[in-house]
Amino acid sequence: MSRGEEQEIPLHIPDAPYRPGDSASFEPWKWHPKDLKKPKSDCKADETYEHAVGLVRVLDDEGEALGDWNPNLSFEELKLGLEHMVRLRIFDDRMMKMQRTGKLSFYMKSFGEEGIAIAQTMALKNEDWIFPTYRQPGAQFVRGRDMVSMICHCIGNVEDNVKGRQMPVHYTYKKGRFISVSSPVGTQFSQAVGVALASKYKKLDEVTITWIGDGASAEGDYHYGLNFASVFKAPVILNIVNNHWAISTHYNIASGSNNFATRGLAYGIPCFRVDGNDFLALYSVTKWARERAELGLGATHIEILTYRAGAHSSSDDPSRYRPSDEHEYWPGGDPIERLKEHLIKNSKWTEGEQEELEKKIDQEVVAAYKEAVKYGDLANGPYPSSDTIFTEVYETVPWHLQEQWDEMKKWSVE
Amino acid sequence: MMVEMNMVQSVNSALGNMLEKDQDVLLFGEDIGYFGGVFRTSDGLQEKFGKHRVFDTPLSEGGIAATAFGMGINGLRPVVEIQFADYIFPAYDQIVNEIAKVRHRSGGEFWCPITIRTPAGGGIRGGHHHSQSPESQFTHTPGLKVVYCSTPYNSKGLLISAIESNDPVIFFEPKRCYRGPFYGDPHNVPTWKNHPEAEVPEDYYKIPLGQGRLAMEGDKCTIIAWGTMVHVAEKAIINSGISCDLIDLQTLLPWDKKMVIESVKKTGRCVIVHEAPKTSGFGSELSASIQELCFYHLESPIHRIAGWDTPFPHTTEWDYMPSTSRIVAAIKKTQEE
Repeated sequence: MSRGEEQEIPLHIPDAPYRPGDSASFEPWKWHPKDLKKPKSDCKADETYEHAVGLVRVLDDEGEALGDWNPNLSFEELKLGLEHMVRLRIFDDRMMKMQRTGKLSFYMKSFGEEGIAIAQTMALKNEDWIFPTYRQPGAQFVRGRDMVSMICHCIGNVEDNVKGRQMPVHYTYKKGRFISVSSPVGTQFSQAVGVALASKYKKLDEVTITWIGDGASAEGDYHYGLNFASVFKAPVILNIVNNHWAISTHYNIASGSNNFATRGLAYGIPCFRVDGNDFLALYSVTKWARERAELGLGATHIEILTYRAGAHSSSDDPSRYRPSDEHEYWPGGDPIERLKEHLIKNSKWTEGEQEELEKKIDQEVVAAYKEAVKYGDLANGPYPSSDTIFTEVYETVPWHLQEQWDEMKKWSVE
Repeated sequence: MMVEMNMVQSVNSALGNMLEKDQDVLLFGEDIGYFGGVFRTSDGLQEKFGKHRVFDTPLSEGGIAATAFGMGINGLRPVVEIQFADYIFPAYDQIVNEIAKVRHRSGGEFWCPITIRTPAGGGIRGGHHHSQSPESQFTHTPGLKVVYCSTPYNSKGLLISAIESNDPVIFFEPKRCYRGPFYGDPHNVPTWKNHPEAEVPEDYYKIPLGQGRLAMEGDKCTIIAWGTMVHVAEKAIINSGISCDLIDLQTLLPWDKKMVIESVKKTGRCVIVHEAPKTSGFGSELSASIQELCFYHLESPIHRIAGWDTPFPHTTEWDYMPSTSRIVAAIKKTQEE
């Protein structure tokens, strides 16, 4: 009896397909870049059924960009996307190293999922709102956030723009229209609909993009979001990142169906499933969704099929619940490698240039890190003043907080 | 047989005893099955008792609570985990309007004998959403029992009582104390090794709900605390050099009125310590009740040392959590007033 099948027990309890000690293998993909045509922007939702049960791809297994969904981006655009993905990966590795030395309390990498927020944000306009989870920090690079400022947040020093109030990776960057990350999973998904409706009410050409994980799609917020977006035709792009794992919870336990994309069809929202490690496909589907929103036709629901190559967080040890090499078998490969190979195949890029790029970014990250720690870190301080506990709880400080604030000053451990 | 356990092991032991004893006990929650829970409290239980007894659920606190409700009214005794108390709020409607009230609304025909376990409290650099202590959001709900353990020994005995209770119980576990008591000094955190409260029977035993624990005995002041703050208060009492009763309340709803009243009548002074924000915290209820019941015995005002009325911070959490020095000052103040 293989895993996931019902055993001699009275309840059906699903399991992950592979556990530590098993040899992981994934079915080779049956989907190819030329399979699916791009529907018209004003199509009916059910015309996207094939796109929801299939997989939108542009890059084939050999790195060639093919088919109707090829966005035909310029070399400069592709190089920028590659650069941002490399930047995020090197940044993540550096932050995780710093976490191990106590300079951060906690960290979460985007390993294997770097393409998602970067390609999708590049497909949007700068006025569009980004309502991320903790796995889309890369959007900030696209919106021009200074890396030093990101590190200062993560290490909780005096220059942290959220004043040491949030755990690392819970970024806020209003200048880049990147809305504050919250730990409770899923909440942003339905809130994004409100952001989008506000833009619509103000008659602004703004779209909101948001994401949720396969695991968190079990929360009510996911379903509220789809329904409100459908009822009010909100200009919102509703992405569900199926990276297979929510800490130890495999998507078999998140849903009784192995397809998340089609759920939107029941709400009358067009749906796509897209190769989440294919930069070009991500870009193209997002562009389509933006165009549809701009026409006043409301939301698009996108399942982004990928694999969480790293641990959930620095507190997690995935070798306890999945084969440690499982991600190496993922048919979607690695988003950076795939875009790089595409560029090399088209004689626009070389391994040498890639190495140079990585070296340059590594230097950039090291320089940013050195700059950031000048303002303190979690292990050594200095920290934001403990006054920040009391500020911005309300617009102005009410009497009861003022009294407690005065009391705290007597006891501050700073 | 007595075995030295930390609080992860004692909770695990209680769950194991009850799965063994009662076929109607089921465990479910996020990451609790194969993985054994993010804090490891259900480690090994799925393997031992089977996937139909201990299983992972979708990430849906409302769904977990609602499913527990349904199983509970249909004769089972589910024990569910909400991974962090901060994440209990999607289940709040199910808990407050459904689970707590079904016995009453059905004229006693249905009831919900479920236990909702949840790690609570700060001191782990968890920021806003991995540090809160929301007990008073539940002590304000008729129909619930609310328990807050503090040691390996009482966590096991109280958890078994909670599971066997035919009323729904919200069971808070102070995550800061899973692997050792916490005396308020983040730079010096001991394990449970050699602590007398870490001697735990391997077998089934119960500590009745509704009873406090007199953790220290003295005659000059009564200190009331629960969860992590029991240990911080213990250290503060020692530092103060003042002879105090330390009451570990253990059950907040219904609380041990007899123990509290007897102690306050004896000492004439009282300090209440909790991590949760001061305003409408459970200390407010205790303080009001003590004033009603012991007014003529009080020698000084009752003091509450609590978290500030602000969100729980990340980097500055040691300025937020009640410290030994704040408690010492309050104890001294009761002696001077």
